[in-house]
Amino acid sequence: MGSLVLSDVHKSFGAVDVLKGIDLEVSDGEFVIFVGPSGCGKSTLLRVIAGLEDATNGTVNIDGEVVNQTPPSDRGIAMVFQTYALYPHLTVKDNMGLGLKQAKHAKTEIAKRVDVASKMLSLDPLLERRPAELSGGQRQRVAIGRAIVRKPELFLFDEPLSNLDAALRVNTRLEIARLHRELGATMVYVTHDQTEAMTLADKIVILNDGKVEQVGSPMELYHNPTNRFVAGFIGSPQMNFIDAANLGKTDCKTIGIRPEHISLDLKKGEIEGIVSHIEKLGGDTNVYLNCGDIGLLSVRLFGDHDYAIDAKAFATMAADSVFKFDGDGNRVQVA
Amino acid sequence: MQSARSSVGRSIAAHAILITYTIIALFPVIVIIMNSFKTRKAIFREPLSLPHSESFSLEGYQTVLTQGDFFLYFQNSLIVTLASLFCVLLFGAMAAFALAEYRFKGNTLMGLYLALGIMIPIRLGTVAILQLMVASGLVNTRTALVLVYTAQGLPLAVFILSEFMRQVSDDLKNAGRIDGLSEYRIFFRLVLPLVRPAMATVAVFTLIPIWNDLWFPLILAPAEETKTLTLGSQVFIGQFVTNWNAVLASLSLAILPALILYLIFSRQLIRGITAGAVK
Repeated sequence: MGSLVLSDVHKSFGAVDVLKGIDLEVSDGEFVIFVGPSGCGKSTLLRVIAGLEDATNGTVNIDGEVVNQTPPSDRGIAMVFQTYALYPHLTVKDNMGLGLKQAKHAKTEIAKRVDVASKMLSLDPLLERRPAELSGGQRQRVAIGRAIVRKPELFLFDEPLSNLDAALRVNTRLEIARLHRELGATMVYVTHDQTEAMTLADKIVILNDGKVEQVGSPMELYHNPTNRFVAGFIGSPQMNFIDAANLGKTDCKTIGIRPEHISLDLKKGEIEGIVSHIEKLGGDTNVYLNCGDIGLLSVRLFGDHDYAIDAKAFATMAADSVFKFDGDGNRVQVA
Repeated sequence: MQSARSSVGRSIAAHAILITYTIIALFPVIVIIMNSFKTRKAIFREPLSLPHSESFSLEGYQTVLTQGDFFLYFQNSLIVTLASLFCVLLFGAMAAFALAEYRFKGNTLMGLYLALGIMIPIRLGTVAILQLMVASGLVNTRTALVLVYTAQGLPLAVFILSEFMRQVSDDLKNAGRIDGLSEYRIFFRLVLPLVRPAMATVAVFTLIPIWNDLWFPLILAPAEETKTLTLGSQVFIGQFVTNWNAVLASLSLAILPALILYLIFSRQLIRGITAGAVK
């Protein structure tokens, strides 16, 4: 149950092509996350899967069935929205039960399922309240509860954590990870936050400009990006890109190196630069080094380090962590 | 007390302006109500004085309630106004929802077409409307008035409501779709309650011109059994003699229902007008 296959999905709004041929396979029980910059089409893709938008072209196949013509409520999906989208006139209990009531389930069955979901999310004390009387975090838990109650083949999350504050975001993230383990359901999740993507996903789909850039496990994407876009998108602070010519190399156009793979030394090293800014986060320290023609290099050092602004420092790249990209931004594989 | 946000001088000035305006706005209404309780002589001798023991008289109200079928007129007015209001709100909201929610060819054009009526007064079409009503046998029926008033009220209703419907969260409507609600349930149960302040605004703006209208009742439904209140009051205004007591009394009575309906909607109204200005 709960597999998803997209083949050649296109979506255009008038003359604007938002999705330009998406092919994707999600197997049962997988946690897949769509990430990409804003406007890349990730939310639209989720809406197409949910049936809230029609695909202009291509097929959506849920659990072995083509569902292009099936209305959202019959696709065996449940969706959690960024703005919670709870029904303001219903109590928490009725909010969770409405979908089942619409599908003509027996009252006892509805009560049982609501009860299970509410236990799972510790919503018991809130069941009789209305959404207006709940905090943001509680509302999102209710929205997740509403999804669980439907026992869907496929959970769809549309940036569910974006409206929560930082502490709550971490909690809810853990909650969602726990739910995925407990329910073993297939989940498709959209976010623009790469931390969420890295921590939750079995498989990340990186979208850019309506196309899939790369699909892979978080670590695969981190260690083995196939192009410059993916390399720059995954990892924080962002990967440094250096014009190869400035380093005197000719076998590629651009050289990429992650901030954590550069070491600093005050006396000697590959690249000379001036410390222009330093960010101390406690656990690590980000140093920004102005290196003349090469540009600004960010360096991530572990632990607490002290560098005077405007001091001279030398950066050295770990040779085995250097990525090479050609003129089109594609990775040059080292033979 | 002087503070950063207010000064005595400024607040006096503001109050003075507002009080002046209130007096100007209320003056005619108060004069009408005051004089409706006076004898005919007192109305003309001292129109601005309050009724006192000598000048007090209910003769206007007596005339109104006995002569002419005041309750029938009142009932006609109420039926026509409420029926028109219901149609305007229902169809206006449905059209607004369609315009705001669905993407279809000619959506913008349709919106403009529906709003066109705001700019063209419906009275320009009186002759054609009369011909239409004669042809369909609707002259001297309340239905004729309801139809015309619905047409008159719809453009503004569609225009205002579609703006508000656009602000209703897409996620909420989509959540409803995923839970299997029909488009009608989404419209009536999720969207309508959320645009209630806008509905109240539209209701008030629609209600008052209909209640006060003399033109269409005079032309389309002048028969005794379909007369509205404003038209009914005209029987007291003659070419040579006007029964001012009765006119003033019937006008005072005519103010009441509009006032009551306005009070019901006004709490919502203020929210409707200011919504969107601040979150």
